[in-house]
Amino acid sequence: MKFVSEYRDPKAAEQLASAIRKKVTRPWTIMEICGGQTHTIVKSGLEDILPKEITLVHGPGCPVCVTPIELIDKAVAIAKRPDAIFCSFGDMLRVPGSSKSLFDAKAEGADVRIVYSPLDALKLAKQNPEKQVVFFAVGFETTAPANAMAAWQADHDGIENFSLLVSHVLVPPAMKALLSSQNCVVQGFLAAGHVCTIMGFEEYFPIAQKYRVPIVVTGFEPLDLLEGIHMVASQLEDGRHEVENQYSRAVKREGNRPAQKTISEVFEISPRQWRGLGEIPASGFQLRGRFQKYDANRRFPFEGVPAQESPDCISGLILQGLKKPHECGAFGVKCTPENPLGAPMVSSEGACAAYYHYGRRQNVQPELSRPASR
Amino acid sequence: MCLAVPGKIVEIMDAGDPAFRRAKVDFGGIKKEISLAYTPEAEIGKYVLVHVGFAISVIDEEEAMRVFEYLKQMGNIEEELGEVRQ
Amino acid sequence: MADAKTFNLSCPVPRVADDRIVLAHGGGGRLTHQLIERIFIPAFGNPMLEQRHDGAVVPVNGARLAFTTDSFVVRPLIFPGGNIGDLAINGTVNDLAMCGARPLYLSAGFILEEGLEMETLRKVVNSMQQAAANANVKLVTGDTKVVDKGNGDGIFINTSGIGVIEEFPCLAKSARHGASPVGLAETTENGMPHVSPGLRDVGTTAASISPASVQPGDAVLVSGDLGRHGIAILSVREGLEFESPILSDCANVWPSVEALLKAGIEIHCLRDLTRGGLATTLNEIASDRNVCIKLEESLIPVDETVQGACEILGLDPLYVANEGRFAVFVPAAHADAALEVMKKVEVSVGAVRVGKVEESPARTVVLQSRIGGNRVVDMLSGEQLPRIC
Repeated sequence: MKFVSEYRDPKAAEQLASAIRKKVTRPWTIMEICGGQTHTIVKSGLEDILPKEITLVHGPGCPVCVTPIELIDKAVAIAKRPDAIFCSFGDMLRVPGSSKSLFDAKAEGADVRIVYSPLDALKLAKQNPEKQVVFFAVGFETTAPANAMAAWQADHDGIENFSLLVSHVLVPPAMKALLSSQNCVVQGFLAAGHVCTIMGFEEYFPIAQKYRVPIVVTGFEPLDLLEGIHMVASQLEDGRHEVENQYSRAVKREGNRPAQKTISEVFEISPRQWRGLGEIPASGFQLRGRFQKYDANRRFPFEGVPAQESPDCISGLILQGLKKPHECGAFGVKCTPENPLGAPMVSSEGACAAYYHYGRRQNVQPELSRPASR
Repeated sequence: MCLAVPGKIVEIMDAGDPAFRRAKVDFGGIKKEISLAYTPEAEIGKYVLVHVGFAISVIDEEEAMRVFEYLKQMGNIEEELGEVRQ
Repeated sequence: MADAKTFNLSCPVPRVADDRIVLAHGGGGRLTHQLIERIFIPAFGNPMLEQRHDGAVVPVNGARLAFTTDSFVVRPLIFPGGNIGDLAINGTVNDLAMCGARPLYLSAGFILEEGLEMETLRKVVNSMQQAAANANVKLVTGDTKVVDKGNGDGIFINTSGIGVIEEFPCLAKSARHGASPVGLAETTENGMPHVSPGLRDVGTTAASISPASVQPGDAVLVSGDLGRHGIAILSVREGLEFESPILSDCANVWPSVEALLKAGIEIHCLRDLTRGGLATTLNEIASDRNVCIKLEESLIPVDETVQGACEILGLDPLYVANEGRFAVFVPAAHADAALEVMKKVEVSVGAVRVGKVEESPARTVVLQSRIGGNRVVDMLSGEQLPRIC
C-alpha cells in the first residue's frame, strides 16, 4: 500500500535506529501522545531496536480510556431504551461502566450498533424515523470534524431523531496538565500526528517554550516514529526545545482550515473530566448554539449512580506515564482484558491492553532483550 | 484516536455544496466512498488520508519522499566513510 | 491554567462477565476456551474429549474412525465466494482431514427461521450438494426444525462427519522397516473401508497426528494466504467495494492432506484455521503443548487487498477468520518436502513456512516484526472489533 508499506521498510528502520543509537549519549524519557502511536510501537516491537538510553512512556492519547465512567453509564442507559438505536465506534463497546459496558447491554437486548463513520449513524436516523438514533461522539480533535459534519448535515436536512453523546477531549490542555505536574518525568514529546493534521501545531510553540520540552509532530508508521524519536533525541542532546514537524506529508502548520471552521461552528471549548486524571479546564468540546438540540445529554435526562472506584486500578499513574502497566499489582492478575479494572486495559489502544496483548507479563520481556547501544 | 489510512482518489462525485462532495477512494485494491468536505482541493489521482469516512488531508508527495532522501544521503555518507553498519 | 496538582485516580468496578453468554463466547478466543474449560469439559470429561482436537479418533472394531461436529451460524448467509451451505460441508470435511482421516459420511441438521425464502434454502442446499460431491462425501442423514420468526438468523446448520484413518507409513520409518509405501484402504463388499492388519505394525503418520505430537524444533507451515473469509464477510457488512472482489477461501482441504500422507511426510499436527485466525490456532497449540511458537512477520502471507481492508477497518490479519486454510507442524528437516507436496495441490498452492516451535517462553506465540522487534501474539479475549483509534 502506497504511503504505508514504504514506512515499514526494515532496512530504513535499521538505518534510523542506528542513527538514534549514534546520537544518544545519556538517558532520555520521551512520551508519545497518541494511542495509535502506542499501538505501532508495541506491535512492531519498536523498543527492541532502540538503544537502552531511550525510554518511551505512553501518554493519555486514548480517548476511550479517558471517557468518564458517568458517560459510559449514560450511554448504556440510553442504549437500553426501547426506542433507541445506539451507535458507536468499535473501540467504545467493551469499556466498563459502573456495572456494565455497551457490549453487555447489547447482550441483554439493547440495539447497539458499530459504525465506521458518524455519517452512517445519521443515515440510520433517516432510515428509522420512529427511533432515536444516538451516536457516541468520542475522540480527540481528529474525529471532531466528522462528528461536527454529522450534526451540521442533520441540521441542514432537518433530521430530528438524531443526537450526539459528546466526549471529545483536546490534546494541548492534557499535555500542559501533565507538564505542570510535579511528578512529570517526560523530557520530550511525539505529538499526535492526526490531531495536528486537523488543528495544526501553532498551539505547541508556547508549550515548548514554557516547559522547555522538544515537541515533534509525528506520524504512525514505524519509520515515522523512529524519525520522530531521532528528531526529539537530537534536540535533547543539543539542548534545544523547539517544535518540529516529522509528519510533513500530512500536517501543515495551520492545520486543516475547513475542518477547523466547521468545528468552531458546531462545538465550543468546555471543561472535561478525564478518567484517571480528573477535571482539566478547557479540555473538551461541547455542542453550541443551534446544535445544542442534538446534545443527547440534554435530550435524555438521567439520574446517575455515583461511580465506584477500584483501589487496585492505577490507570491515572499509567496515563501520566509514571508507571508502566506491568508495574501495576493487578496487571494480568486481577485486571485482564476479560475482567478489566480500568479503561487502559479495555481499549485496544490503552497502554495496559497493548502491554497485555503484545508484551505480556514482565517475565516475557527479559527474554526478548534489547541490543546494547553502539 | 488516530487510525487514518492513505488512499487514491479514483472518482469524485460533486454535489454542488462542498459539504456534500464525495469521492471513491482506492486503498490498495479496495474502494470505499468517503467525504471530501474537508479537502476541497482534492482531485482525482491525488492521495488523501481518510479517517472515519472523511478525507482529512491531501498527502504531500514531495514531503513523503523526504525521509527516504535523507536516508539515502546518510547511506551514501556512510559508504564514503567506509562505515560498517550493524 | 492548570497548576501543579495531584490527579484523582478513578476506576470502575470490575465487570462480571460470568453470569451471561456474550457474543465473545462464540469468538473462538479466550472466552470460548473458558466456556469449554468451565462448563463443558467438567460435565463431559473423558480422555478423547480432553485431547481438545478438532475431531475425535475413535476405535471401532479394529478400524480407526474420526468423528466430528460443527455448527454454522454465519451472517450474511450468502457472501462473496460461498454461502452457509459450502461452509457447513467443507468445515466438517476439514475437521476430519485435520485428524488425518479420509472424510466419508456427513449428517446435516437444519434449524430454519420462519419466513426464510425458499429460494435461499434451495441455493444453500444446492451448494451443499456440490461441495459434498467435490469432497467425495455423502450426506446420509439429516434433520429439520423450524423456529419462530425472530429466533434465528435465517438458517443455522449443524453437520457431523465420519472419516476413516488410512494407514500411510512415513518415509523415515518405512525405510527402516524396509516396507514400501502403501496406498488407499481397500473396500470390502458392503462398502465399508477395510484396513489390512499388517499395516498397523508399520510406523504411520496418521496414527500420531494430533497436537500432542508437536515438539520444539518443528517447522510451522500454513497452506495459503490469510484473512480472505473474514474480509469477504465483513465486506458485505461494511459495504466495501473491491476491484477484484475478495472471495471467501472456503474449500475442502483433504486433497492437500491426502497428498502429504501419501508422500510419507512425517506430520506432527494439522489444524485448520477458522474464526480467531492463525493467532488463535497457534495459541491453542502453544498452550496445550507448553511450547513457544515463533513467527516471522515477513513470512506471513496476506494478499494486498485483504491487507488494505484490514488497514481500513483497523483489523489484524492474524486474527481474521479463514475457512480453507490449515497449519501443519512437521520436523524442520521435512519442511521443504512438505511445501513441495502442498504447492502441487490447488487448495494449498500458496503454502509457506511461517515459523518454528521452540521451548520458551512457553505457552506463548511470539512474532518477530519486519523491523526486527518482538511482540507477543496473544489469544483474542473477545471478538476482534473494527477500531478507529
